[in-house]
Amino acid sequence: MLSFDGLVAVCVLYVAGLFWVAFLAEKRAAEGKARWLSSPLVYTLSLSIYTTAWTFYGAVGSAARSGLEFMTIYLGPTLVFIGWFWLLRKMVRIGRAQRITSIADMISSRYGKSGGLAAMVTILAVIGTTPYIALQLQSVTLSFSVFARPGALGAPDTESTAVWVAGGLALFTIVFGTRSLDVNERHPGLVSAIALESIVKLFALLAVGGFVVWGLADGPRDVLLRIEESPIATWTSNGARWVGLTVLSGAAILCLPRMFQVMVVENADERHLATASWAFPLYLLLMSIFVIPIAVVGLQMMPEGANPDLFMLTLPLAAGQDGLALFAFLGGFSAATSMVIIAALALSTMVSNHIIVPLWMRATKGENPMTGDMRRVALMARRLSIAGVLTLGLVYYRMSGGTEALASIGLIAFLGVAQVLPALLGGIFWRGATRAGAAAGIGLGFLIWGWVLLVPNAATAGLMQGVLENGPFGLTWLRPATPLGLDGADPLLTAMVLSLGVNSFAFVLVSLFTFPSPMERLMGAQFVNVYEHSRTPLAWKGSAGTADDLLIMAQRILGAGRAARLFRDAAAAQGREARLPEPTPDFLERLERELAGSVGAATANAMVGQITGGASVSVRDLLAVADETAQMMEYSSQLEAKSAELAQTAARLREANQKLTELSVQKDAFLSQISHELRTPMTSIRAFSEILMKSEDLDAEGRTRFSRIIHDESLRLTRLLDDLLDLAVLEDGRVTLNEGNTMLGDVLDRAVNATSALVGGTRLSILRTRADEEVPLWTDADRLAQVFINLISNAQKYCDAAEPELRIEVLRLPGRVEVEFADNGAGVAPRQQSLIFEKFARGDTAGEAPGAGLGLAISREIMGRLGGGLIYVPGQGGARFRVRLPGRALRAA
Amino acid sequence: MGTRVLLVEDEANILEAISFILSRDGWEVHGHGNGATALDAVARLTPDVVVLDVMLPGRSGLDILRDLRNASETRNLPVLMLTAKGQAKDRDLALSLGANAYLTKPFSNAEMVETLRDVAHGVSLNGAGLPDQGS
Repeated sequence: MLSFDGLVAVCVLYVAGLFWVAFLAEKRAAEGKARWLSSPLVYTLSLSIYTTAWTFYGAVGSAARSGLEFMTIYLGPTLVFIGWFWLLRKMVRIGRAQRITSIADMISSRYGKSGGLAAMVTILAVIGTTPYIALQLQSVTLSFSVFARPGALGAPDTESTAVWVAGGLALFTIVFGTRSLDVNERHPGLVSAIALESIVKLFALLAVGGFVVWGLADGPRDVLLRIEESPIATWTSNGARWVGLTVLSGAAILCLPRMFQVMVVENADERHLATASWAFPLYLLLMSIFVIPIAVVGLQMMPEGANPDLFMLTLPLAAGQDGLALFAFLGGFSAATSMVIIAALALSTMVSNHIIVPLWMRATKGENPMTGDMRRVALMARRLSIAGVLTLGLVYYRMSGGTEALASIGLIAFLGVAQVLPALLGGIFWRGATRAGAAAGIGLGFLIWGWVLLVPNAATAGLMQGVLENGPFGLTWLRPATPLGLDGADPLLTAMVLSLGVNSFAFVLVSLFTFPSPMERLMGAQFVNVYEHSRTPLAWKGSAGTADDLLIMAQRILGAGRAARLFRDAAAAQGREARLPEPTPDFLERLERELAGSVGAATANAMVGQITGGASVSVRDLLAVADETAQMMEYSSQLEAKSAELAQTAARLREANQKLTELSVQKDAFLSQISHELRTPMTSIRAFSEILMKSEDLDAEGRTRFSRIIHDESLRLTRLLDDLLDLAVLEDGRVTLNEGNTMLGDVLDRAVNATSALVGGTRLSILRTRADEEVPLWTDADRLAQVFINLISNAQKYCDAAEPELRIEVLRLPGRVEVEFADNGAGVAPRQQSLIFEKFARGDTAGEAPGAGLGLAISREIMGRLGGGLIYVPGQGGARFRVRLPGRALRAA
Repeated sequence: MGTRVLLVEDEANILEAISFILSRDGWEVHGHGNGATALDAVARLTPDVVVLDVMLPGRSGLDILRDLRNASETRNLPVLMLTAKGQAKDRDLALSLGANAYLTKPFSNAEMVETLRDVAHGVSLNGAGLPDQGS
């Protein structure tokens, strides 16, 4: 039996060897020489971190306890790799196209580069992976304890062993996992070391298997007989559990952070996946082929009560094959360490990119990302995260303590990370999937999983005993062991159906009822149609950012050398002599991708956005941009409204101007008319007065006649001036009415008397019906009489009948009284009818008649002031005017 | 036998005044009060000179002037325009249409006779010497 000292020495040597391999690979990769590093074989071997110490040791134990059930753990991934190859290829293509750095980054990128979702998945991954890391630590510790002989270093202390192992793994991961912040997050050193470990664990298992079959038993035939006899042959397998576990392990290989790391992130060439699609299942087959024989032989040969989980070690030891046991130990050690290393790497990437760096950026918000040494912060965050993840695993291991608690933790962890599956598959295949849906699904599934499986497993019996047995607050339907009263035989299956079912349902339902943000839609299209878009979207539109600022930021994150190279190459590609490229969208996009490899897509996006000040693509910024756009549109519509208003004002001004022009024309015409009306009588007056002055020989008759003409023309002038003043007052509305009680008949009498006095020798006979004229009025009698006088004198002037007569008739209409003045002349010609109320309008027949043509205009103004009206009634017969008496005058009377 | 003048004027008093003045000065005066039939009167009477008011019932004096200038027999018939519209543009319009002279009402009798004599004897005044020029 190997001493503990020797075992430690072997471990140290082995790890040193791994360091050397990793270092060499890094160096070769940096020199660009290591073609073999990026071969499909190395890729396939790196995938085999799927088989951890849990499967290396535990498969045999599981076979011994539950028969063939362990096969499901291999079956699921095999089915996925062979049957769902197209899904893997799409994931790898998306991962490479979008420079995805982790499963959290994948989910977050798909759903609009959501930082919240990334943090959620990260936390879920940490919680789901921590027990798994604890399990690896336990397996290593257990395997150490098998070699229990104390040496110079003393007896193996399980606790300190775990600490040493954890510490060593942390160191290894930090050294090779955070050497640089590489854009594509590839770690050739780590991957080669893991590939080597995969070979070691495979050959260790094959060696033990071969020894068991051909050394302990008598070849395959004997083994088959032994299987027939063993209880394993009689185990009846539960079909539902088989299907469930197969699905679960198939989901796990898609969702486990470490599997995503090696399968997508570390993938150097998409074609490697084609090889892996058959080589990886083959590897799994080889890993599983000797499990049953070892379990069967172990059960028969080892004493009752021996831990079947340790048959891999105890069988060779019992047979005195120390070397083989040591090889087996190294195989288990390899399985455990490779898993822990990659898991720590994957988790640290997520924790630093999605939790620490965003928090740091928020803490230093307002500062430009290039003012701090971003590269140093990111690397430190990685290292701290690695140490943190391993510490967490260690703490979990020490708190959970017993073997039993950890036995089923592998499957529980599978189910935990499988909560990402609906959002992942939905994101890849369904453009309608939204961030809210993803968050709801993952959140609910995660809660159910945590409560039903994780809490009972992790809780120390004493602390939560009451809750575990009776449910929280005595709500038995919430009791973890029987959620919703489901007292199923299998808590894992119950939890799986419940959590994934609720998860998927919530995901689909919420997605259907929420609208994706523009960024989500964009990324959704990029993910779902990744084969059409081999490139990421051109998110940056133009740029205000200077290349200098971008270079400084890039140097902080990528390192001076790489940043300078990147910028120089880009400048050269743009055909520029300068050291710095134009910040074109293409270049910004490339830079963002480069940065995304170091700090994650969302963060890189935010940083480039901050520098360029361009349309950032984080959803919040996008919303801000949308808000701004909305404001601008609002502003623009306001401008439009203003412009329309201005146009209206301009139109109104034009109209007003036109009116003014018209008015001015009218005023000119009016002045011209007044001039004419004044100058005409003045011409006669001047002419005759000059004749009178210069003609001494004029006879008395002529003298009298000329004097009379001068007199009449003077009166005409006076009348005209009176009319003009009257009209001006009426039009201005400055007229004051002298209202009082009167009778219509009296007013008519006054008018008729006035006109007969006015024109001597009139032949016009006026016909009235006095009985009808008994209409009491409340009005300005003088003004009303003025209107009547005007109408009567018009008839006197213009009625061209041989025996002119004017009929004045009172018409009692419903609600009003009208007085009609109708003569028996020719009437007003139709084309004149619309003009007679205009100023200075005189009918064609007015040639000989005195008057300036203001009478009807004045009359109509007066009737308007009195509250009545004056219209001309066209029709048969002579001129027919109708005076509508004011309504209020009638009522008041 | 004096120079035959046709007065086209709708204001009876003005027509009477001008007729009286010109008759006493030895002119053979014919009066006509309607614009619409003024051209007929010109054709019938074949005056040596025409005094034409602008504001006429039936037809504007300016229209009559245009027709006179468009007809070959009357193209060179001397025409004195009278108007009560005292604006410069009215006078310009009348002269541009071919009036030989232009008087704004009211005018002095002597001035009117003087102007008409010049017009009748073929002196084109073109508006010169009018006392009201520019008013």
